[in-house]
Amino acid sequence: MNHQLTISHQEHKDTEKTLFGFWVYIMTDCVLFASLFATYAVLHTSTFGGPSGKELFNLPSVLIETLLLLTSSYSVGLALLAARRHDRDVTIIWLMVTALLGAAFLFIEVSEFQHLAAAGNSWRRSGFLSAFFTLVATHGLHITSGLLWLAVITPKVYKQGLTALSLKRLELFSIFWHFLDIIWIFIFTLVYLMGGLA
Amino acid sequence: MGFNIVAGIFGRLGPDAIQHGAIVMGGQLSVIGAGIFIIGLLTYLKRWKWLYKEWLTTLDPKRIGVMYIIISLLMLVRGFGDVMLLRIQQALSVGSSHGIIDSNHFQQIFSAHGTIMIFFVGMGLMFGLINLILPLQIGARDVAFPFLNSVSFWLFAAGFGLVNLSLLIGEFSAAGWLAYPPLSELAYSPKTGIDYWIWTLQIAGVGSLLSGVNFIVTILKMRAPGMNLMKMPIFVWSVLSSMVLIIFAFPIQTATLAMLSLDRTLGMHFFTASGGGNPMMYVNLIWAWGHPEVYILILPAFGVFSEVVATFSRKRLFGYTSMVFALAAIALLSFLVWLHHFFTMGGGANVNAFFGVMTMIIAVPTGVKVFNWLFTMYRGRIHLTSPMMWFLGFVITFTIGGMAGVLMAVPPADFQLHNSLFLVAHFHTMIVGGVVYGYFAGLTYWFPKMFGFKLNERLGKLAFQCWIVGFVLAFVPLYILGLMGATRRLDHYDASLGWQGLFVVAGIGALFIGAGIFVQVLQLAFSIWKRHENLDTTGDPWDGRTLEWSTPSPTPVYNFAVQPIVSDRDAWWAVKQAGDQHRKPIYEDIQLPKNSIMGPAIAGFAFVFGFAVIWHIYWLAAAAMIGVILSIIIRSTNEDTEYTISAAEVERIEISAGRRYS
Repeated sequence: MNHQLTISHQEHKDTEKTLFGFWVYIMTDCVLFASLFATYAVLHTSTFGGPSGKELFNLPSVLIETLLLLTSSYSVGLALLAARRHDRDVTIIWLMVTALLGAAFLFIEVSEFQHLAAAGNSWRRSGFLSAFFTLVATHGLHITSGLLWLAVITPKVYKQGLTALSLKRLELFSIFWHFLDIIWIFIFTLVYLMGGLA
Repeated sequence: MGFNIVAGIFGRLGPDAIQHGAIVMGGQLSVIGAGIFIIGLLTYLKRWKWLYKEWLTTLDPKRIGVMYIIISLLMLVRGFGDVMLLRIQQALSVGSSHGIIDSNHFQQIFSAHGTIMIFFVGMGLMFGLINLILPLQIGARDVAFPFLNSVSFWLFAAGFGLVNLSLLIGEFSAAGWLAYPPLSELAYSPKTGIDYWIWTLQIAGVGSLLSGVNFIVTILKMRAPGMNLMKMPIFVWSVLSSMVLIIFAFPIQTATLAMLSLDRTLGMHFFTASGGGNPMMYVNLIWAWGHPEVYILILPAFGVFSEVVATFSRKRLFGYTSMVFALAAIALLSFLVWLHHFFTMGGGANVNAFFGVMTMIIAVPTGVKVFNWLFTMYRGRIHLTSPMMWFLGFVITFTIGGMAGVLMAVPPADFQLHNSLFLVAHFHTMIVGGVVYGYFAGLTYWFPKMFGFKLNERLGKLAFQCWIVGFVLAFVPLYILGLMGATRRLDHYDASLGWQGLFVVAGIGALFIGAGIFVQVLQLAFSIWKRHENLDTTGDPWDGRTLEWSTPSPTPVYNFAVQPIVSDRDAWWAVKQAGDQHRKPIYEDIQLPKNSIMGPAIAGFAFVFGFAVIWHIYWLAAAAMIGVILSIIIRSTNEDTEYTISAAEVERIEISAGRRYS
């Protein structure tokens, strides 16, 4: 009995350590995005004779992207709640909904990018477009790695059930996913709204 | 048009990638020769399995620390070789003589010198000592994330591999250690040099960032019971400050290098001279990382000195609380001074005044530290060992260099001194006299803890004397030359300027430093040979104050047989004063991480990825990236990562390490 207690105490300490470490990592990622935002702020007027954000941004589809991502944050929250209730099947359903929403977001983003590049407004066009593509695509790459992460942990949850380890993994994933949501809100506001409506 | 299949397979890698020329060939031969020698030696001694099991796959931070230090010392020799070439060139290349190397190679050599000395000597020695000592000082058995620690080290090693590969295949950056655009853009540097520089730093930088996260969590979550923050040894505080700087500064580096790389490979316009790019933005970004970077290097060296001066003065460190606040103040201020690297940008009087004042303010907490060290010595029982000598050398050189720094913090003065040899002399005074002396002191001080025997003191002191004489001879002339108007990075100057004499003196100084390095190698070899005369049987050869001295030397894999409980800032000193060190402990089972090959695997793929991107071999880059991702997935799904050492085994190890209890 006593032995059992010390082990669960050890596990609890490990989880706490991992969670804290993950938060520190999130802070470093935050600084990375801050650098890209600062770069965008410096370069957003450097259109070099090319189009500005106002001419390029397709705000309705960006709004759809935003709604998809916000909803996916909600669904990952529901997945975590279900996981804490040890309801494996519901957890998996919400994880899959999250993945679908994330994939839809990514699909719209990539087709917007293709659309821009096809019209001659790729990242090579101007300093502004370099900064725009890099900032938004860095977020997109994070979403892609989030989807990959989901693809690894969802089968694990299915096979092993909701062990302490898979709960920890889900918790980390949800922090990551919410963080990407917050970054997107900044992109939506600072890049798309302020650029598109200016 | 059509798809060029050779370019598809090999990118821009071709037979012309191999550099020629006598000096380059010397470098190439020494790299290849060293490689063949090591491989031959390992095969001859049948040590491959030992190497794999005990070192390459290890997750023990003490072993990882030793590997960091080995790489750093190798790179110190290479960086010194580079500087000898520079010194010879500058001493000879006057008037009609053009010295021994052409300007392109001269530029590559000073770029490589700076890059290597900062990233592979300074950072390597720092992470080496942190890995060795930090868990021991806080009474922990491991770091927070042992596997991540191995990944960090191997990424550092991958960067080390790339920077040396540039000697064999292709060339290195010729744009200085920070590669300012537009010179570093494709239009002006079309070859692979800048790309080697970018990916060397990018890969090693990710390693540093992960280490930063790891050690912050280690310090904040894994301290021994009773060790609250204000009871941590000062070295731990210095590491914490440095790691906080890493997690805030290194992401900026990652982003900046990525943008420069995007400019070069995808034709973007972040820092280009045309297309709406802004080269000055690069300079701002790189120094927003680069200035904290030099404090990242020096803060743990301050920590080492604080430990050394307290131990060898047989006194508690004077002004512990003010030391902690000084470290925190320096860490904060280091983010508010980056613009002093380019007062001449034209930011305007108010901007320059702000950054000038902030820079001068840094001298205040640094001065607090210097006085605290001196007051620690005051009325102490000073033992003039070689770590203490490095400390005394540091105090003098660092104060001189610091005054030169405050001088240059005055913007109008800086307009005169910008890019002059005065600046070069200043930052070498700080980095050699601060960082290098600090880590040499730390290596000598903690060497018995790592290997179980002390280094020879007489040769250590001789090495210090060579270094300090060489240091004065090498850098005082540069201060004078700088005031006379000599700019940095000169590969040729006119005879009528009358500078040659001073350059020759600087070259002689470098020779003295070379003699110092030679004596250090001799010291190491001699100490290994005569190790039985200098064995550390107690684990506490210097009568130390902190917890690392409570373990046997060399420290067993689990660090502490029983979890120490801390009641005092100088935890081990307090135990010794109370006479409690002889009490027989009750051993318990200890869980430790198993070895893993995935750290070297991830870094190996990262190395291939870097190489492939440098040479535009995109299929290989994609394959290597998939390799990285798969390795991470395989490791993350491995749940059998620990093994147990039984209490009986712990007792056996402790007794064989000389621990006897009555």
